[in-house]
Amino acid sequence: MADNIIEVKNLKKYFKTPHGTVHAVDDVSFNIERGKTLGVVGESGCGKSTLGRNIIRLQDPTAGQVIYDGQDITDLSNQQMKRMRHDLQIIFQDPYSSLNPRKTVMEIISEPILFNKLMKGSSKQDVEKRVRELMDTVGLAQRLINSYPHELDGGRRQRIGIARALSLNPKFIVCDEPVSALDVSIQAQVLNLLKDLQKEMGLTYMFITHDLSVVNYFSDDILVMYLGMVVEKAPAEVLFKNPIHPYTKALLSAILVPKVNGNPDHISLRGEVTSPINPPDECRFTRRCDYICDTCKAGTPPLIEIEPNHFVACHCVKPEGITLQRTVGV
Amino acid sequence: MNETLKNNTAAAEVDTRETVLEVKDLVVQYVLKEATVEAVNDISFSLKEGEAIGLVGETGAGKTTTALAILNLVPDPPGVIQQGSISVCGNDMLNLDVKELQKIRGKDIAMIFQDPMTSLNPVLVVGEQIAESVRLHEDVTASQAFDRAIEMLELVGIPGARAHDYPHQFSGGMKQRVVIAIALACNPKILIADEPTTALDVTIQAQVLSMMNDLKEKFNTALVMITHDLGVVAKMCDKVAVMYAGRIIESGTLEDVYNTTLHPYTEGLFNSLPRINNKGSELKPIPGMMPDPTRLPKGCAFAERCKYATERCFEERPASRYVNETHTVACLRYDEPDFHIEGVED
Ligand SMILES: Nc1ncnc2c1ncn2[C@@H]1O[C@H](COP(=O)(O)OP(=O)(O)OP(=O)(O)O)[C@@H](O)[C@H]1O
Ligand SMILES: Nc1ncnc2c1ncn2[C@@H]1O[C@H](COP(=O)(O)OP(=O)(O)OP(=O)(O)O)[C@@H](O)[C@H]1O
Ligand code: SF4
Ligand code: SF4
Ligand SMILES: [Mg+2]
Ligand SMILES: [Mg+2]
Repeated sequence: MADNIIEVKNLKKYFKTPHGTVHAVDDVSFNIERGKTLGVVGESGCGKSTLGRNIIRLQDPTAGQVIYDGQDITDLSNQQMKRMRHDLQIIFQDPYSSLNPRKTVMEIISEPILFNKLMKGSSKQDVEKRVRELMDTVGLAQRLINSYPHELDGGRRQRIGIARALSLNPKFIVCDEPVSALDVSIQAQVLNLLKDLQKEMGLTYMFITHDLSVVNYFSDDILVMYLGMVVEKAPAEVLFKNPIHPYTKALLSAILVPKVNGNPDHISLRGEVTSPINPPDECRFTRRCDYICDTCKAGTPPLIEIEPNHFVACHCVKPEGITLQRTVGV
Repeated sequence: MNETLKNNTAAAEVDTRETVLEVKDLVVQYVLKEATVEAVNDISFSLKEGEAIGLVGETGAGKTTTALAILNLVPDPPGVIQQGSISVCGNDMLNLDVKELQKIRGKDIAMIFQDPMTSLNPVLVVGEQIAESVRLHEDVTASQAFDRAIEMLELVGIPGARAHDYPHQFSGGMKQRVVIAIALACNPKILIADEPTTALDVTIQAQVLSMMNDLKEKFNTALVMITHDLGVVAKMCDKVAVMYAGRIIESGTLEDVYNTTLHPYTEGLFNSLPRINNKGSELKPIPGMMPDPTRLPKGCAFAERCKYATERCFEERPASRYVNETHTVACLRYDEPDFHIEGVED
């Protein structure tokens, strides 16, 4: 049996808006194994951040369950959740706006410790010692302890965000586009840091990104989302070698590699991203899919396991066989 | 290597293409009260019609400033073009009056700005915005201009009927196409695109880039592609210039720079990238970060981060040298006959 630290069951998060109900996350189920990284990819607005926020209960799910370490945390009260908060943390994309500009590095990193009374009874010096330790852990020079975020570059700011997330000794961290705003040379520094921390502290990550080469490098398993739903999930190597869902195929073919003649023509997707407002009960990819057939409109396709650990949600993909046939643009 | 040489000679024989853009010895600074930002420090490059050059480099390397200088649009104050010349289709951009410049901008050279979403007017339908650009440069009636707008929209893959829609009614990818339609409406000889797809999803990026490629071929437009994405350059460009701290530290054909990488910084960039086909390979980040452009060191600006640096590198500024007809590198260690970098991992 896999040792799952997180189990997500039929999770839904809807937002009511004047234009209708946004199905940001719509009936999503999956597990994350302890000590592993689950990469989450998909286009802007497909629900990646909402999924991450709901799993660690920064938002309350509309329906479904989140089970952390065997315990259902979906209905925990805020008070009960406060204790869980130590274990479940998040690192945000934007190192510029996710840090309070009026606080020093010391204040920012120590805030969760003080707020959660983690070091109750300890002296100010002890807290500062802990902050300095955390700064060492993430590779921030201790002389920066009294600096303000705006005085630092993006890579250092992201390290503050990481130190802050680590301050409560978490077990599970949602990394929401943690390197997207950084230059490649700095991005590699932060990715290596996250990997080292995982090894040392046995952390489990959910790694949200739109950069497919980063997700491949970083993840054990990859979840592909489209309009609030999971369309494919597989171990990273399997997904990159043998993508099955038409959307995954298009996504992977659009990767540009930094090589001369390395980018043959990609699979071009028709149209634009469809709206997640009141989606009809059919495959959500129908309007852009090149393989659409009669069955595609017959309800939302379920996610099925077509080989061990490889899940696909497409009416034309069944364990007995794949009947995908190009019908558009032939 | 042999192949490259052969291609170069072949190109030299048949290349009768006109040079449309020439940047020479450009120096741009932002003079602030507290300090002077040395944003662009003596760069030169040229571009022929139909050619595409990728200007790559990390945040603050001076890419946007270079582009603004080409259009003579560097904000002044605090920007000062201290030195250099810029020729756009034979026009001396730095010595023309505002009226002449306005004629050239849009007509001979157009730019897609780094944050395209903000360059659209939210209260004007997109068709009008394209038509406006046409009317500014061509002697046409309002209805002719609007017809052209519809034509341009269709060219970038948006139904002409949507000319009457406002920007907020379009998705990010569509807005980006509208911006491209505006830039191309007067069929400029040169297009400068500053990170045109950075904000887009990969599938939409792929659409927008192949559309730009089609248009470029159709109109033989020369392209300056500003990006930090080496994959985008590989897809779109025939030439590359790698910028660091306001200088071009390596340049050449795509093959020169990608297949025979010479500069330690370029090598570092490639080795920082996760490889899609080689997951096991370790990322090798470049340690440290770019120096503060108000306090550039007197030697090589990369020395602090360079694993090949010697004492001399901290004292002397490397000049750019040609290693073949097309490939330049600015690194002192190539004075040593048998110096070579470890190389880019495959
Ligand atoms: N508080 C909210 N109220 C209404 N709609 C929301 C809210 N938060 C998110 N949404 C909508 O839910 C959908 C999913 O948003 P989410 O931010 O999770 O996407 P994402 O995959 O993280 O996108 P990105 O890659 O752009 O960060 C979007 O359509 C978004 O507009
Ligand atoms: N208006 C300005 N006033 C002062 N300094 C400026 C101004 N514009 C740019 N700079 C500075 O000039 C340097 C070069 O900036 P530039 O915008 O050209 O870089 P870039 O390569 O385009 O970076 P990015 O990838 O972030 O767009 C930077 O240090 C920047 O902070
Ligand atoms: S169910 Fe139909 S429309 Fe949906 S992905 Fe499969 S083939 Fe395409
Ligand atoms: S000149 Fe010296 S410091 Fe600069 S890139 Fe070459 S070896 Fe490195
Ligand atoms: Mg998000
Ligand atoms: Mg810029």
